Amino acid sequence: MNKLGNALYEIHHMDMLAAKDQWVNRLHPLVKLVLTIVFLTVTMSFQKYDLTGLLRMGIYPIVLFIVGEISFCDSIRRLRIVLPLVCFVGLFNPIFDRQVIGYIGTVPLTAGMLSMVTLMIKGIYSVLAAYLLIATTSIEKICYALRLLHIPAILVTQVLLTYRYVTVLLEEANRMTQAYSLRAPNQKGVHFKVWGTLAGQLLLRSMDRANEVYESMTLRGYRGEFYYTAKEPCKAKDWLYLGVWLALFAVLKVTG
Amino acid sequence: MHMADALVAPAVAATMYVCSGGVAGFSVKKVRLESDPKKIPVMGVMGAFVFAAQMINFTIPGTGSSGHLCGGMMLTALLGPYAAFLTMIGVLLIQCLLFADGGLLALGCNIWNMAFYGCFLGYFLFWRPMMKKGMSRGKIVGASILGCVVTLQLGAFSVALETLASGITDLPFSVFVATMQPIHLVIGLVEGLITAAVLLFVYEARPEMLSCSEERAKSRFSFKKTIAILGIAALVIGGAVSLAASSNPDGLEWSMERLTGSTELENDGTGAHAAAEEIQEKTALLPDYGFKNSDSTFGTSFSGIAGSAVVLIVCVGACYAFRFFKKKKS
Repeated sequence: MNKLGNALYEIHHMDMLAAKDQWVNRLHPLVKLVLTIVFLTVTMSFQKYDLTGLLRMGIYPIVLFIVGEISFCDSIRRLRIVLPLVCFVGLFNPIFDRQVIGYIGTVPLTAGMLSMVTLMIKGIYSVLAAYLLIATTSIEKICYALRLLHIPAILVTQVLLTYRYVTVLLEEANRMTQAYSLRAPNQKGVHFKVWGTLAGQLLLRSMDRANEVYESMTLRGYRGEFYYTAKEPCKAKDWLYLGVWLALFAVLKVTG
Repeated sequence: MHMADALVAPAVAATMYVCSGGVAGFSVKKVRLESDPKKIPVMGVMGAFVFAAQMINFTIPGTGSSGHLCGGMMLTALLGPYAAFLTMIGVLLIQCLLFADGGLLALGCNIWNMAFYGCFLGYFLFWRPMMKKGMSRGKIVGASILGCVVTLQLGAFSVALETLASGITDLPFSVFVATMQPIHLVIGLVEGLITAAVLLFVYEARPEMLSCSEERAKSRFSFKKTIAILGIAALVIGGAVSLAASSNPDGLEWSMERLTGSTELENDGTGAHAAAEEIQEKTALLPDYGFKNSDSTFGTSFSGIAGSAVVLIVCVGACYAFRFFKKKKS
């Protein structure tokens, strides 16, 4: 499967996960968004040698994977994007920081090794946290939470529309590149002579589609902003869930 | 160039969120001022386009590798800097959530490194100054390449600075910069070429889509300018050109002359025809396009100017009346 096909699969997969009728999925999106940001902030605030404190923070993704019945293996694939840069930055730590802080058997453990491991764990946690958020909350609900946080309507509407049309244009781009590759076998990528034509055609089609979208939206009463039919308030269980996790994060941070 | 959360300390992330949020707030205000409801759907679809186009592999000649489109520079050339910046935020947010490309905490940094430089510096430093005096193929290629190279260099430098400020790596700043900048110089060059190829295609197919294009500038309706041009034209034609008006009869008069021997019908001095002629003679301010009882040529010029002014006032008045009643009806 090519890159475009993979992206399409990924989006459909995430949509299916978010649509599941699980207890975690039914929680208020604002609670989940706030918790994710707090978790990331607390995790990234650990010192670069504080491995034990960082390991204890693993309780959040572990609990969510179990409660949300989400496959851990699926999330691992996402690490391939983040880990190369993190590894590139982290791999230099053992070279530049050679202070020995202990021994594992007879092998010396340097501070650089420790900071490299903590950096990688931080990278893994951040990917898992974002994955758990999107796997249990649809983009529409995240956008709703963003509106509750007073993010301007223009920005939120734009995110929603981009997400709505990402799949449509990915499919279109996929069809175009497939047609191209069938006419240009044994060729990796798009030849430079048709760079402009291929992407330009997609651009013009997108622009025409934007005009059609605008006209159809106007016919349905669009006047510059989306309106939500019903506001969903936070329930007691949402507050409880938020409170418990925040208290736990505070304890883990203070005792870390 | 997407930064991961692991590379950013919370303080740095918060600072960059504030910076990017400030620019986003300003952009929202600017887009709102444009009050073009069509812009939002266009931004949404263009965001999706950038997303899809960045997944197409463009082969780099002479190498085995491929490059991708530079979203910020292309969007700023199509939508202008403010709408482009907001569109890029949407793209970066979706990339971060759906594909783990960048992190939620590092989103402020990524917006700054990729959207701010690409959209604002790309537009105000390269695109607008170069397109100010008209577009050409060479200028589009130059602006695209320069824009992509410089903005990517700045973005890469910011990544190094933010990582240094976060204090998460022991890699010396100079080594980090020396590694990042050359790689992104090559990437910027390739992205610039791809962006140029797409923008050239748009320039050939639909030039009005590009911001700063002459066609777009021409299509802008300036009421004051139009009225001034019409006024000057009316003065010149009515005041000066009317002096050189033909003394020969017009088509109808010529036909009548051929039939009756005179350009005007003679009335018999009775009835409605005579009464109407009497009223007309009394009420006409400028009979036969001149002052009453005067053969001065100045009268002809004055008639031309006065006639033009009256016609203009009547037309503009009619348009305003039409608009007023249309508004009232809706």
